[in-house]
Amino acid sequence: MPKPFSRTRGRPRFPALIRLLQNPKLGLGGGFVLLLVIIAVFAPAIAPHDPLEQDLMASALPPFWLAGADPAHLLGTDDLGRDVLSRLIFGSRVALTVAVVAGVAAGTVGSLLGLLAGYFDGWTDIAVSRLIEIWMAFPAVLLSILIVAILGSGVGTVIVAIAIIDWTRFARVIRADTMANAQADYVVAARTLGFGRWTILFREILPNVMPGLIALLAMEMGIAVVIEAILSFVGLSVSSDTPTWGSMIASGRQIIYQAWWVFAAPLAAVFATVLAFNQLGDGLRRALDPVMRR
Amino acid sequence: MSEPRLLSIEGLSAVSDRDNGAPILRDVSLAVAPGEIHGLVGESGAGKSTIARAILGMTPRTVRITQGAIILGNTELLSLDARQLRRLLGAEVALIPQDPLTALNPSRRIEAQMTDGLRMWKGHSAKSARERALTLLDEVQMREPERVMRCYPHELSGGMRQRVLIAAAFALEPKLVIADEPTTALDVTVQKQILKLIRAMQARHKTGAIFVTHDLGVVAQICDRVTLLYQGKVMEHGLTADLLLKPRHAYTKALVRATPRYDRPVDGLIPVPDAVIAACRAEIAGFDGATHG
Amino acid sequence: MIAGAAHRAAMMAVTLFGVALVVFVLLRVAPGDPIAMMIGPGASPADIVALRAHYGLDGSLPMQFAVWLGAMLHGDFGTSISLRRDVVALIGERLPATLELAFCALGVALVLGIALAVIGTLGKRRAGEAVVDGATGLLLAIPDFVWALLLVLLFGVAVPLFPMSGRVDPSLGAQFHTPFYLLEALVTGQGAAVRDAAAHLVMPVLALALPLAAIIARVLKGALDEAMVQDYVLLARVKGFSELRIVTREALRNAIGPTLALTGVQFTFLLGGTVIVERIFSFPGLGNMAIEGVINRDLPLIQGIVLTFGFLFILTNLVVDLTVVGLNPKLRHG
Repeated sequence: MPKPFSRTRGRPRFPALIRLLQNPKLGLGGGFVLLLVIIAVFAPAIAPHDPLEQDLMASALPPFWLAGADPAHLLGTDDLGRDVLSRLIFGSRVALTVAVVAGVAAGTVGSLLGLLAGYFDGWTDIAVSRLIEIWMAFPAVLLSILIVAILGSGVGTVIVAIAIIDWTRFARVIRADTMANAQADYVVAARTLGFGRWTILFREILPNVMPGLIALLAMEMGIAVVIEAILSFVGLSVSSDTPTWGSMIASGRQIIYQAWWVFAAPLAAVFATVLAFNQLGDGLRRALDPVMRR
Repeated sequence: MSEPRLLSIEGLSAVSDRDNGAPILRDVSLAVAPGEIHGLVGESGAGKSTIARAILGMTPRTVRITQGAIILGNTELLSLDARQLRRLLGAEVALIPQDPLTALNPSRRIEAQMTDGLRMWKGHSAKSARERALTLLDEVQMREPERVMRCYPHELSGGMRQRVLIAAAFALEPKLVIADEPTTALDVTVQKQILKLIRAMQARHKTGAIFVTHDLGVVAQICDRVTLLYQGKVMEHGLTADLLLKPRHAYTKALVRATPRYDRPVDGLIPVPDAVIAACRAEIAGFDGATHG
Repeated sequence: MIAGAAHRAAMMAVTLFGVALVVFVLLRVAPGDPIAMMIGPGASPADIVALRAHYGLDGSLPMQFAVWLGAMLHGDFGTSISLRRDVVALIGERLPATLELAFCALGVALVLGIALAVIGTLGKRRAGEAVVDGATGLLLAIPDFVWALLLVLLFGVAVPLFPMSGRVDPSLGAQFHTPFYLLEALVTGQGAAVRDAAAHLVMPVLALALPLAAIIARVLKGALDEAMVQDYVLLARVKGFSELRIVTREALRNAIGPTLALTGVQFTFLLGGTVIVERIFSFPGLGNMAIEGVINRDLPLIQGIVLTFGFLFILTNLVVDLTVVGLNPKLRHG
């Protein structure tokens, strides 16, 4: 007998919360992201120096554990004598802004198209699927560089570029998820009860594809951080007086033999951030997916 | 029994690593003489497949053998390490699996699957292994054996695949063949032919066999000797004719009565009476109490 | 099967048309006027009109698109504005470098991914499996751009084993007659040139290969896990074959099909990744030239390269489809 109830209804909330906390990937990934958010929000209070303040007398100072370090500059200074740690802290603002806004934008557009294509077969599905296929025929990095070059640099442009190139990630997954759910007994039952198509799509199906969507969103935020770094690296992201991890990497690369830490520090930040978002996404997927729960 | 033994199992006990160490096999002993077919009978969960897997050293990870011995020829199998067991089994024991549809590798040709063991353990060349495989396919009355050798499994019917598997089982002249419910997955009309075929091959190659089944009707057709299990304990054993015609244990009697026969048509299935089940359970509880106490 | 191939080819044409349309729209809405950037301060309006006509930038947009598409179909991708050379010739020079890089990365990813999956399967429920799962998880989480930079730090600075930029060392004086340096050096047996070209490839290839290897390993291991509980594997165990032989000869054949299909799709992402990886290692390939093109607003060059990538991607998917059909005995005979 098909049950005329959506799978997500009527489940106690506290066990879900406990599961969230028990998952180590979730704890580590989520914890790091949370730390990053705090650092970004309170950057002016936390950063020991002005990230733009140059001091050519104190250029290319090494980090604290190497000989010749200045304790005032924990992670050393770059070739213009700017404090690496402070630039790293302020760089997290651009990274997180782009991650959250671009991730949500790509996720909204992609999920909507995925839901529509997955539920309304016929020309809607054909159109969206073809659009996805055309989009997948572009090298993503090149396309994002092209878009930023056309629209001009700036955080807003970077966000638009990421949303334009990465909506397909969501559309593909959500479309497949929606298709699978549309066949499920609870949807058939809801249909026989006379619910309208939009009601079924947003009240019955959407809650069931939500776990996958949330996990994907977390991973996309990590990817957005990398794309922003790539655009900064190529010299296209934001104006040069805003410190970003990508531009720090690009300028650090010029002096990599003299002061490798200027290159390594922002790279480590990108690495840790991507890994954290990835683990957060993976952990969320496991914790929220009713099938994968143990 | 004073006859020479091919395989003997002595006091084999096993427990589940899940379910708080619930017993799966309870002090099981049996012996298979060369050239005889020994039936292992019981309902699902009776432990018959566990015994077959234990001989092959392939019990699931959740099953732990606690005591007993499995002796093939002069070798105790449970004390061998994985590599030694592999060598021994490869040449001396073969398996006729339950489901012919999944027991052949879908992406290898029949020839490759019939000859690989011969080349590995018997030092055959590709050519001589091929000839041997053709002879075997002939023995199982496969039509167009040359064509079948070139086929992939999906190009053959279920009955043909089971013939291939039977032929392959006898390829290395093993001392022991374990047939694990080889007819259960087959159509009833094919079942009887396959049983005859296994009997014929076993007789021709003078191989000992363990035949795992839940069907006393199948036992009557093919087995020389039977061991009847219930919840991992041997209820009764003996020659097939004796056990079926003069059952001693209440459980055996009930099972024999429940088995449909051509000379005694029944309306639907006759269940084993609850009283008999209760008696069996009590017997097993008594056994467990004695061994734990 | 022929009907299937025809259908695929038709779909491929539709997708390519879509790609061309998107490229056209993207580049025509560009606010920066490439003509204005190209000409000197003393040019007359007549010069600008002439230049516009020369690059097909006059007329209505649909008109421009028709003219442009017609030229594309004739293999006329125009002349690069910044390099003042035929775009097709430029792509012909750079594409081999990118292909050499991409296929080396694909090969490394396949070998590494399959090896990881097999090791993980052999070490089932032991430390081996945990190590392999952890390694694939890490490789999977970090994209090629970050791997490339980490490799720069590791093999370029900390332990300078490999050259950081370019395709060959010019001081070696090796002469190549084709644009496939590594392949040519291998075929003609020039040991020093092979070593040099290979050394230049190590870091970019690894950066591209590591994430793909992880995807291959994860998918293949899942498929192997599934195959290893099948009855034919049980039978192979009874035959006394070693676990290594069972994994490689029995299970791998059945598990590899879906993995290869996925690898094909992922290969298009790898090709896309060459753009930034080439940039990082100053590798003279298509992607590096594309970024130069974007910076110089070189319309004909950009559209030529983007279309080349689009064509490669679609072609890859077609080849994957046909390979999957070819590898599966059921589909092959069906």
